[in-house]
Amino acid sequence: MLGAGIVGAACARELALAGCAVTVVDRGAPAEATTAHGEGNVLVSDKGPGPELELARLSRRLWPEVLAGRTGREQTAEWDPKGGIVVATTDDGAAELERFAASQRAAGVRAEPLDAAALAAAEPHLTRDVTAAVAYPEDAQVQPAGAATLLLGDALRAGAELRTGCEVLGGVARGGRITGVRTALGPVEGDAFIDAAGPWAGELSARLGAPVAVRPRRGEALVTAPLPPTVFHKVYDAGYVGAVGSGAGDLRVSAVVEATRAGTILLGSSRRRAGFDDRLRPEVLSAIARKALRLFPGLAGAPVMRAYGGFRPYVDDHLPVVGPDPRLDGLWHAAGHEGAGIGLSVGTGRLLADLLLGRDPPVEPAPFRVDRPAVLGEIG
Amino acid sequence: MSPRLVRADGDTPLRVTVDGQPLQGVRGQTIAGVLLAAGRLAWREGPSGAPRGVFCGIGVCFDCLVTVNGLRDVRACRRRARDGDEITTQSRGEG
Amino acid sequence: MTARRVAVIGAGPAGLAAAAAALRAGAEVTLVDAAEQPGGQYHRMPPDAFRTRPRHGRRDFDRVLGHPRCAWWAETSVWTLERAEPGEAPRVHVLRGPADGDGRDRFVLEPDALVLASGAHDRVLPFPGWELPGVFTAGATQALAKGERLAVGDDVVIAGSGPFLLPVAASLLEAGSRVLEVLEANPAATVLRGWARRPWELAAQGGKAAELAGYAALLARHRVPYRTGRAVVEARGDGRVEEAVTARLRADWSVLPGSERTVPADAVCVSHGFSPQLELPVAAGCALTEGDRFVRVDDDQLTSVPRVYAAGEITGIAGAPAARAEGLLAGWLAAGGAPAAPESRRARLRRDQGRAFAARLAAAHPIGAAWTGWLRPGTVVCRCEETTYGALRDAADDPAGGAPRVVKLGTRAGLGPCQARICGPTVAELLARPANPHHRPIAQPIRLGELAAPDEKEQE
Repeated sequence: MLGAGIVGAACARELALAGCAVTVVDRGAPAEATTAHGEGNVLVSDKGPGPELELARLSRRLWPEVLAGRTGREQTAEWDPKGGIVVATTDDGAAELERFAASQRAAGVRAEPLDAAALAAAEPHLTRDVTAAVAYPEDAQVQPAGAATLLLGDALRAGAELRTGCEVLGGVARGGRITGVRTALGPVEGDAFIDAAGPWAGELSARLGAPVAVRPRRGEALVTAPLPPTVFHKVYDAGYVGAVGSGAGDLRVSAVVEATRAGTILLGSSRRRAGFDDRLRPEVLSAIARKALRLFPGLAGAPVMRAYGGFRPYVDDHLPVVGPDPRLDGLWHAAGHEGAGIGLSVGTGRLLADLLLGRDPPVEPAPFRVDRPAVLGEIG
Repeated sequence: MSPRLVRADGDTPLRVTVDGQPLQGVRGQTIAGVLLAAGRLAWREGPSGAPRGVFCGIGVCFDCLVTVNGLRDVRACRRRARDGDEITTQSRGEG
Repeated sequence: MTARRVAVIGAGPAGLAAAAAALRAGAEVTLVDAAEQPGGQYHRMPPDAFRTRPRHGRRDFDRVLGHPRCAWWAETSVWTLERAEPGEAPRVHVLRGPADGDGRDRFVLEPDALVLASGAHDRVLPFPGWELPGVFTAGATQALAKGERLAVGDDVVIAGSGPFLLPVAASLLEAGSRVLEVLEANPAATVLRGWARRPWELAAQGGKAAELAGYAALLARHRVPYRTGRAVVEARGDGRVEEAVTARLRADWSVLPGSERTVPADAVCVSHGFSPQLELPVAAGCALTEGDRFVRVDDDQLTSVPRVYAAGEITGIAGAPAARAEGLLAGWLAAGGAPAAPESRRARLRRDQGRAFAARLAAAHPIGAAWTGWLRPGTVVCRCEETTYGALRDAADDPAGGAPRVVKLGTRAGLGPCQARICGPTVAELLARPANPHHRPIAQPIRLGELAAPDEKEQE
């Protein structure tokens, strides 16, 4: 397993529990990069009918099973099935949101229109200036680094081995088959190698000689000081779906507002392509603040105490890449989840393990295959 | 005993309220200074409900946060008290 | 040619000297400080409305602040530094108005060069009960005494390490408090050996030595015991400090069993050294020294980032005279002054003397590695989030976790309102794989409404 973020951890867990001898290598330490910079979204609400929604629904079913019966420090996964509320603030936006919700309902998602009174009861501090609102009771949240630690911990208890500070430098191939990787800590051999390097999957796969077009897309979020309870669900504006689906390299900002267990409020989110440039841009933070205040004007006095940014693994057609590499036997990919990797991790782990072990996968794997234009087309 | 103010001639008094109770201070004091001089050693609660007051005194530790005229999370050690300020104490997460 | 624009962040001894030197070199200077008064923590003075005695040294400040090419921005918080394109100084984003207010005006400074002089605050190591009201940092005690004419208690124990404990004792005695004892954690041998190294160098710091001798005499006059090799290892009380537990320490700061004594006290003042305020240099991209302790500067006070200079306690804890010399050099060179000018040669000499003094100070008052022996599993380490030592150790020891950011997210240590300003260096020390504890891109809280306001102004 090349990468100990949440996707690598979820895949390692499934494979180790199935009896495979798993070695997890990571350039740094588990869950410290993209995973630890995520908001912990476990969402169905932002996905239209299609393969990603199916993977999301699988993951949503798996999460409570994976987390069941945890005690003590394992509760740091902070599973919270709080539900999501999506709002539109324009008439056009309302029509679009209602159409989108109807299509999701047809696909089996619980998407429940809220009238003004129900919305005010659910989110008393939300602006009244809303043209439509839909509740998604299946949306949930986890503390992403805690969840990843727990998944990897399961894998280690099932016999997996972890090597940290172990950067992959290149691959060893024989007769069109990868038999090992060269790492900073020496060679690692195996029957299958899974690229789970998140935003670095493009770079890693190129080192292995089979590049995939997974690229970083920068995101930023703000964190307020701890506040009395003000926001009760994950609340976002309908424009978020458009921003996720956009391929534009320029800045897209939409409001995503939610509280954490500690009382802080997370305010997202931005998306822009800037390579691995990690500078925080004040104008991006201002744009997030403006969008968030349109939804929750009463937060104007809330102090922002922290801002953080991270890199999402972006693929042009907005679908994860899960499956065997057709160019190099023994190489598999589990990457490219963009902003949904936390939520989709457990479903991805199940799908990858089923494919690798020749079991019947619970979702149709073809849409996630490596051999598709967005993944193997123009790399750069 | 509690903290106390060393009096000086020419002090100009000011009045604030703390959770509705009037309190006398002296112009030039910070809000933390007014509270400490009035014998209040603690006025905020941490996450467990434990009492907190001034620790660092120079705006670094954020232990002394109060609400001033409706605005939360003001560092009492850094904000100069003004006549008529309405100060409300905060507990973590509960206003 | 237009004058160079130099922004100086921090109006303590280093920043004031930097502003003065930059003005002499012909620059347009903007001097920024969060406080209402210039002087920083060192020259802390009460506000005008609250003054009992004429302030000293004010005229020197006025020459700088009143200079026609100097813009003095008091009550101004730098909320973020924005790294610009290579070769340009970072942009300085500030808020002007009362501390933690709302509706403060936002400005952005685009200087040709930047001098960072943001200073330091007390480093306090955790011990059981340190979160009780009535435990103050030595700096708080001093700030309240000098800025508010307030004595923090009647029966006070002062403990920690370093010469700064002495002026704190003096301030309390002056205010009429009983100082029960002053405890230096290091053994006498360490303190004496550190201070007695190369005694000829001390001559250059004669003022400092005389000042310390004066404090020692004051303590003797009030019969205040100064004890070495002893520390406050616990504070106890019901909702506030009622007693301090002191103990004898070995040279590594481990507790000598059976040496504990309980002292009734209504205030405990502690300082184990100083933590530099490094969020701005880190935001600017400046490289730090070994162990992320200080900003790395070259012989010209230049950081690893072009056009960004650093001076004062953020480059090393060396006291006010060294800070002034560093500031002078930084301000002069940031403004384009000639590197070989006699003035800068003198400043280099004084700076180097100051650094020797800093080395002496560090040798005399190190933090002993075994201080963690004071901690119990339930001892609070992160005051904001009440993260305990035990929780932190458990998270750090998790084979599937353990990365600093992962431990923080899991335990919330350092994620509260102070953003690890207090516990950051301690948590970094307690983790096997330390991470830079000074990463705070939002350097001071900004209200959401202020951040959303569209009208960020450029300086006139």
